[in-house]
Parts: sequence; C-alpha cells; structure tokens
Amino acid sequence: MWLLDAALAIAMPILAWRVLTVTDLFKAVVLFIATGLLIALGYARLQAPDVALAEAAIGAALTGALFLDLLGSIGPRLEAERDSSSSPDGSVPDHRGTEPHWATPLRLLLGLLIAGLGGVLAWALVTLPAPRGEIARQVEAAMPESGVSHAVTAVLLNFRAYDTLLEIGVLVLAAVAVWSLRLDPTAPGAGAVAEDEPVLVHAAAILIPCMVMVAGYLLWAGAHRPGGAFQAGAVLAAAVELLLLTGLVRAHTLPPAGLGALLMLGFAVFLAVAGGVMATGAPLLTYPAGWEYELILLIETSLTLSIGVILAALFAGALPPRSVSHDTTNEGR
Amino acid sequence: MSPPTLYALSSVALLLVALFGFLTSRNLVRRVIAINLLASGVFLLLVAIAARGAGTPDPIPHALVLTGIVVSVSTTALALALIRRIHAATGRLELEDAEPEGPA
Repeated sequence: MWLLDAALAIAMPILAWRVLTVTDLFKAVVLFIATGLLIALGYARLQAPDVALAEAAIGAALTGALFLDLLGSIGPRLEAERDSSSSPDGSVPDHRGTEPHWATPLRLLLGLLIAGLGGVLAWALVTLPAPRGEIARQVEAAMPESGVSHAVTAVLLNFRAYDTLLEIGVLVLAAVAVWSLRLDPTAPGAGAVAEDEPVLVHAAAILIPCMVMVAGYLLWAGAHRPGGAFQAGAVLAAAVELLLLTGLVRAHTLPPAGLGALLMLGFAVFLAVAGGVMATGAPLLTYPAGWEYELILLIETSLTLSIGVILAALFAGALPPRSVSHDTTNEGR
Repeated sequence: MSPPTLYALSSVALLLVALFGFLTSRNLVRRVIAINLLASGVFLLLVAIAARGAGTPDPIPHALVLTGIVVSVSTTALALALIRRIHAATGRLELEDAEPEGPA
C-alpha cells in the first residue's frame, strides 16, 4: 500500500500547483475538487474516516460546488473579457487582463522565503518526539460515560461540545452574512439553472430521496461508527441544492420564516441544552447522567437539519425573492 | 519513512504551494481557492501528526479538523458572496487598489 501513499503524497502538491497556475478558472475549480478528493483519500489512509467523509462531502464537493455556482453566475461576462484581453507572458496567468510582471525578483524572494519555511517545517516534523498518547488514553478511559461508542463523536458532542456549539454559531453567522449581502436571486446563473436538463431532473427525482436516507443513516451511525451531524448535514444540503437547481422546488415557494427557523434550530437546541443544564447548578454543557445519548441524538438531529439548510442557503438563488422586493422598498435609507 | 510522515511532508508542500499562490495571485477567486488549499494542507498536517504511533489515532485532532473543515466552508461561502458583490459593483475580479508594483 505504500505505493498508493507515495502516489497520493506526490500528487497532492503537484495538483495544487496546477490548480493555482491554470489560466481558466473553471479548470482550476475542477482540479481543486480533484485535489480535495485526493486529500480525502489521504485521510482515509491516515485512519481518519470521519475527516475523510467530511473532506469529500464538504471540503471538496460543497466548496467546489460553491465555486462553480459563482463561476456560473459571472461566467458570461468572464468570456467577453477574456476575448478582449491579451494573454501575458511568463507570469502566472489569470483569466482576464494582463498580469503585470510586477517584481519577479520579489516573487523569487517570496519563493525562497516560503521554501525556507518549508525546510523548517520539514525539519520540525522529522525531529518530532514519539507520541505519548496521553490525551488519547484519557479519552479512551472516559468513553463509557460519553453516551456514544465512537470516539470522534464523543469528542465533538460531549468532551469538546463547546467547540461544536461555537462552530454551529459560526455557520449561522455565515448564512446570515451571506443573506444580508442581498445577492440578487433573479440574476442569470442563479436559481433553477438546470430545469431544462431532463436527465438531471429525472435523476434528481430518484436521487434526492436516497440522499435524504443516506443523511439519516449517517446521522444515526455517528454514534458508533464514522458519521455524524456534519457529514449528514452536507448530504442533506446537497439534496436541497439539487432540488433548487433542477427547479423541483422553487425558492419563492419556501416560506422565509420557516427557512429562518430551520437555520436557527440547531444552534437554538444546542444552546438550550447547554444552558438548560446550568439551571440545575451544573457547569455549561454537562449532560445529566444517563441522558447523554438521548441529548446527543437530539442535538445532532437539529444540527443536521440546520446544517442542511445553512449550507444550501449559501448558494445563489436560495433566497426567497420576497425578501429582495422588501429590500428595494427600503433602498432609499 | 512511515506513511504518516510521508503525508505530513506532502501536506507541508501543499500548504507552501497554496501560500505562495495566495500571496502572488491577484484574481480574488484564485486567492480563495488558495486559502482553501492552505487550510486543507494544515488539516492534513494535523491528522498526519495524529496518526503517528501504534494503535488507533488520537481522536481529538480529528474533531478539531472536522470543525475546521466546516468553518472553512462557511468562510469560503462568505468570501464568494463578497466576490459576487464586488464583481456586480466593479465588473472586475480583482481589488480596485491592487497596485502593479507590489502588495500594499
């Protein structure tokens, strides 16, 4: 298997270099998704299946889809600009205009500095002392009282639940921030761009119920094997976005209040549980004994629903147009 | 060289490439891609370090990286939304004050 490891280890930086030096942004995004998938394979080889699932679903697929969504919206204008500009010589070419040959000596110096940093990091890595596994042993010892049997889930939703609470808070903030930017959902490239593709529409009609089932399974399985709320939420988000892209569900038929409620649900439930236990005098996020599994399941389910809505809401055209018309009436303020 | 060390060195190369790409690109979309690759490199490094030693790897870096991946996608989404607004307002995918002589 070392051949696979060697191939992956060599391919990843080379692919990353290609991502950042291709002229066409679309090609860069496709290569980026491929790099993400290779990294997910790397995680699997490093015995990190939860992280591999998350990287494949969120890091590679959803992030790549966000980029493609952006390129699809501004794509037509990019084409026009590329045709009217000349390609530069030598320097890293971007999709449009001439990249000024600014300070190639500066670039060389930067490269040398970064290579120096790499040398320091590599030296630090090979001289790392052998791991003592102290914390891992403590986690192992505390597993019976965590309520679940999978270590990563126990860390995420019990031992370090505070971090996860803040993480879902960050997600909610990002969704609110993207929505408050008032991106136009009627712009070309937003909303149901794929509704004229019969194969995709029919395939989506079959795939989406399967994706919902997979999301439910991932959520349920997170307690005792790799899985959990974030991976399930990502699959759910993909299903929701597929619904919007194929026009099977129109954004304007979705009630904004319901969307807002689902957005907040995960954070609200998590916060309620976290704060609720304080009413009994226990510190923040101390689950009452015997109730850990039920509370974790409740929190994870709310998280999955919220994450599904949040990640899908980050795409263009996911905002119900009603709020856009509300915005234009306040434009003068 | 054990697999974890191999992946650790590879992830260092990955994050260096991404850092160089981020600092030398003017196109905003390419810079966001570079940030994502930088984050992926750092996460891979963390997981590779955690995978050293015999037995099951330490689960806490895994949870940390999982959190990081999710936060990274929200950051990317916000950055791309901002880029969309910049493009709608200025028609360009670069910052207006990007000077040819070098970074500000």
